[in-house]
Amino acid sequence: MADVHLPPTLPPLFTGLPRRVEIEAATTGEAIDRLDEQWPGLRDRLCEPGPVLRRHINLYVDGERAGLDAPLEARSRLDVIAAISGG
Amino acid sequence: MPQTVLFVGTRKGCFILESDESRRDWKARGPFCEGWPIYHAVHDPDSGTIYAAAASEWHGAGVWRSPDLGETWELSSEGLAYDDGAGGGELKISKVSTLSAAHGRVLAGAESAGLFESRDGAETWSLKSTLDGQPGRTRWNDPANQPPGHLGLSAIMPHPDDASRFWAIVQGFGIFETTDDGESWTPRNKGLRADWPLEEPEVGYCVHKLVMSPVDNDRMYQQNHVGMHRSDDGGQSWVEITDGLPTEFGFAAAVHPHDRDTFYVIPLDPGHGRCMPDGKAAVWRTKDAGESWERLDKGLPQTDAYLGVLREGMAIDGYETPGLYFGTSTGQVFASADEGDSWKEIASYLPDIWSVEVATIE
Repeated sequence: MADVHLPPTLPPLFTGLPRRVEIEAATTGEAIDRLDEQWPGLRDRLCEPGPVLRRHINLYVDGERAGLDAPLEARSRLDVIAAISGG
Repeated sequence: MPQTVLFVGTRKGCFILESDESRRDWKARGPFCEGWPIYHAVHDPDSGTIYAAAASEWHGAGVWRSPDLGETWELSSEGLAYDDGAGGGELKISKVSTLSAAHGRVLAGAESAGLFESRDGAETWSLKSTLDGQPGRTRWNDPANQPPGHLGLSAIMPHPDDASRFWAIVQGFGIFETTDDGESWTPRNKGLRADWPLEEPEVGYCVHKLVMSPVDNDRMYQQNHVGMHRSDDGGQSWVEITDGLPTEFGFAAAVHPHDRDTFYVIPLDPGHGRCMPDGKAAVWRTKDAGESWERLDKGLPQTDAYLGVLREGMAIDGYETPGLYFGTSTGQVFASADEGDSWKEIASYLPDIWSVEVATIE
């Protein structure tokens, strides 16, 4: 089970979505698919059609920058980060 | 006693301002929509639902909805996308610019320019038209032609009785009318002025705001990038009515609910500043369809008031003596309960305001 950490801007948009979720997935993209199944519409908040990651959303697997096809190990930590920007 | 409610879209969420029929004292609630930038918040009088057009820098574009006057909100963007085939495959949605709730459905105008429809109260959307084949269509999504802010479908004006007839504004290109629910379109820019070369005579006009008289649907007014204009034939032709105003530029406009000859605009400096001229706030009114104009500034700040008001920033209610409301780019809301004769500041410190709409709720 990958340990997925979500940005604080996401839980207010989806009923019952916690900041931290355990997901069974082989890749980062699959992890987002699993989240979208449980909280429909979540993928659209992270990805544009394609899917490709939105410009200000970044993924890190065990501290390394990753795309949507990065493999996840059983104990991987996946951080979904909304860029620190704006004012 | 009816409740008077303003729906205020700002750079940091939607706010609701409430008063009674007297429109003297106001209370604000918000911010709603998790502080997302709200470009246009509207109220559907049939269902009572608030819809708010939004786009987050991080999480993309969508439409918020509240069935209970702001107590609870939900967001959806399901179907709000150009798929690989639509619009030639090159279009992306950067924001939902405008909304129209009428005839049991919600229409949304998007940037890149396209029209979406929801028939289930904004839970799901489908692409209705990208105005393919219209003059200018091949140019308005060209990245090389994009000004700051980009070009989108910035406004939708429904016909009050005919659901299949409505008007859409494509920024920098002009007005298009459909009479068959978006299957086909006709440019409606005849008589408009352009102070720049036109590649095609039917399009290339910069229409900022289009309004229709509720008592005469053939009477329309518009605030254009270059001048105010009036139509007496349902938008088929336009005459300029700028003479008597301090500038030809502005964004917001409102039409009187009971008198087809009364129309309001907020002239702004046309340069980069785009604020009220000389730092003196004023709304301008014509009561004779643009033959003459009067300055309305009683109660509005007349010193160092460099206020901007955007295209959806002014609204008018439907009371026998109508009330007017405008919100500024610096977060103030001003209200008049006497058709613009006098004004009062009813909110002072909201975020930058992008839209103001009003509803009377029994």
